[in-house]
Amino acid sequence: MQASKEQLLWMFETMVAIRHYEETMANVYLEGKLPPHIQKGLAFDIGSGPVPGEMHLAAGQEPVAVGVCAHLKKEDTVVGTHRPHHFAIAKGVPLDRMTAEMFGKATGLGKGKGGHMHLFDPEHRFSCSGIIGASLPPACGAALAARKLGKDWVAVAFFGEGAGNQGSFHESLNLAALWNLPVVFVCEDNAWAISVPKSQSTSIASVADRAAAYGMPGARVADNDAVAVFEAAGEAVARARRGDGPSLLEVKTDRYLGHFQGDPEVYRPKDEVANLRKNDPIPKLSNQLKRQGLMTDATEAEIVARAKQRVADAYEFARKSPYPAPKDALNDVFVSA
Amino acid sequence: MSKTRKLTMAQAIAEGIGQEMARDASVFVMGEDIGAYGGIFGATGGLLDKFGPERVVDTPISETAFIGAATGAAASGMRPIVELMFVDFFGVCMDQIYNHLAKNIYMAGGNIKLPVVLTTAIGGGYNDAAQHSQCLYATFAHMPGLKVVVPSNAYDAKGLMIQSIRDDNPVMFMYHKGIMGLPWMAYFEGSSNEVPEEPYTLPFGQAQVVREGKDLTIVTISQMVQKALLAADELAKGGVGAEVIDLRTLVPLDRDAVLKSVAKTGRLIVADEDYLGFGLTGEISAIVAENLDTLKLKAPVKRLAVPNVPIPYSRPLEQFVIPQVGSIVEAANALMNARVAAAAA
Repeated sequence: MQASKEQLLWMFETMVAIRHYEETMANVYLEGKLPPHIQKGLAFDIGSGPVPGEMHLAAGQEPVAVGVCAHLKKEDTVVGTHRPHHFAIAKGVPLDRMTAEMFGKATGLGKGKGGHMHLFDPEHRFSCSGIIGASLPPACGAALAARKLGKDWVAVAFFGEGAGNQGSFHESLNLAALWNLPVVFVCEDNAWAISVPKSQSTSIASVADRAAAYGMPGARVADNDAVAVFEAAGEAVARARRGDGPSLLEVKTDRYLGHFQGDPEVYRPKDEVANLRKNDPIPKLSNQLKRQGLMTDATEAEIVARAKQRVADAYEFARKSPYPAPKDALNDVFVSA
Repeated sequence: MSKTRKLTMAQAIAEGIGQEMARDASVFVMGEDIGAYGGIFGATGGLLDKFGPERVVDTPISETAFIGAATGAAASGMRPIVELMFVDFFGVCMDQIYNHLAKNIYMAGGNIKLPVVLTTAIGGGYNDAAQHSQCLYATFAHMPGLKVVVPSNAYDAKGLMIQSIRDDNPVMFMYHKGIMGLPWMAYFEGSSNEVPEEPYTLPFGQAQVVREGKDLTIVTISQMVQKALLAADELAKGGVGAEVIDLRTLVPLDRDAVLKSVAKTGRLIVADEDYLGFGLTGEISAIVAENLDTLKLKAPVKRLAVPNVPIPYSRPLEQFVIPQVGSIVEAANALMNARVAAAAA
């Protein structure tokens, strides 16, 4: 399946927005976390600043999000991971309420109760979880619901290569194949499960090969490239939408930052990230679009400015929003029946 | 006289594990990011360099498999220490923990040994939200078959760790992230203290009176011990003498220490970072209630815990639901002015 000009430009703009979003967050996250603003003796304090707690950023992993989500409509479901921003942005989750959630504000998607690993946007059918391997079962459920409702909606579960070793991965693939569910399982292979490399955690080189065990198609996209992901995902999503069942897609991608912000990354070869950045998917797509005459320098400047403005607006919204009242913590355990 | 140095709780735990590994070749460690990383919370720092990857084993993210494997290895003569990175992740592997590790000794009529230490990080206070901030020690203590160790400081942690490794039963060793002395998370400085270089053990089921007082008893555990001590300092300024009891282990539980202290003070606060309902605060209160034939309370029992909501992300919300030093002080002062109803004639 070939991407149209509109789809290519959408992927480019969305990748630019994601990258700028994550880089902005990397800076904002450091506010208040470094000496001299923190407890004496600490180098860093994870629980300080306007965005406290763990922060897992996806800079470098944009292609997998946009290449898959370019095929989705609003009614399709996406379930993401503990590193969820790129998926959320590509699925159309509003940046302002998503950012407000990370600032713990009352205007956030979950009124400040969820935080960055737990973003719930029912309108755009997006959710995620901080638990590894947790995305696959609910995606099966969304696919099951679509079929019961007689809709052609599909569900996508994103998960990391580390999650391919969880029971939930194997159980979900079997269930989806057994029930012929309209679901696409997308493995984001960034090579690292926190500090453990894939070669030390996974019995085979490609998680996609595991599709064979469950009787579904499996494919690996070996390059961190939006167009390559788009093409591979197109067939998987179309197959699900036609009612022909699930697929497993594995995408090689690159984690430019730590597992979490503040990760000392002692386990990672020193020059690895510098080398990965040489294959940055954003300039790569930019060059391709210009070569094909689909984007001029002037259009690119407009696109980049527009994406950056969206991000800036979202952070401003988040900063200006009020905190919830402390006692609001007691609400929302149950909805009113 | 043994030499001591000030250690963080993470260093003390790692030292205890390392000394047992040196003493006993059947001890080994498995878990996620415990090797080169040294454990996300530092509990296995330096062990890979000392003992190599055969005995300090980084696992796939497959908790059911490697925790179940610990049970199997223990039944076959090894003494595994296995790490569940955050206690919250118990959800993916609870069957192996609870239906197997915790029950097999009993179902075998006591004819097997399962010397497994399951280490895990607990606690919030740093805005990591509902899936990475729970304590849950009461959940594990509720279910028979697991010893539950929850240290509050480095000295106790080392002695209790060595005791855990030498125990022939499964032990949950639960360390609060906010007292590990990590360079990247605020912590209570009272948790880093003097630790002897030599190996030593601390017996299970012996609570410690960490501060004596005559007016009221604060029963607590883990990081909340450090908060209670700060609260007791504050209360002392107002002339209220708070006695602070660190339970140290929930299974076995030192009921006598609780009863003895409450008999002295006549007032009880149970301060807990776990959920309020069906938990530690209820258990301790019930022990006191069951002994009111001999004990005399001057005020009703007061329970402080997370009010039956998941841990919220946003700072003002999280600070509100987790008991803080100020809330202990406030509860204690209220208790000093409270009275029990007169007994019926």
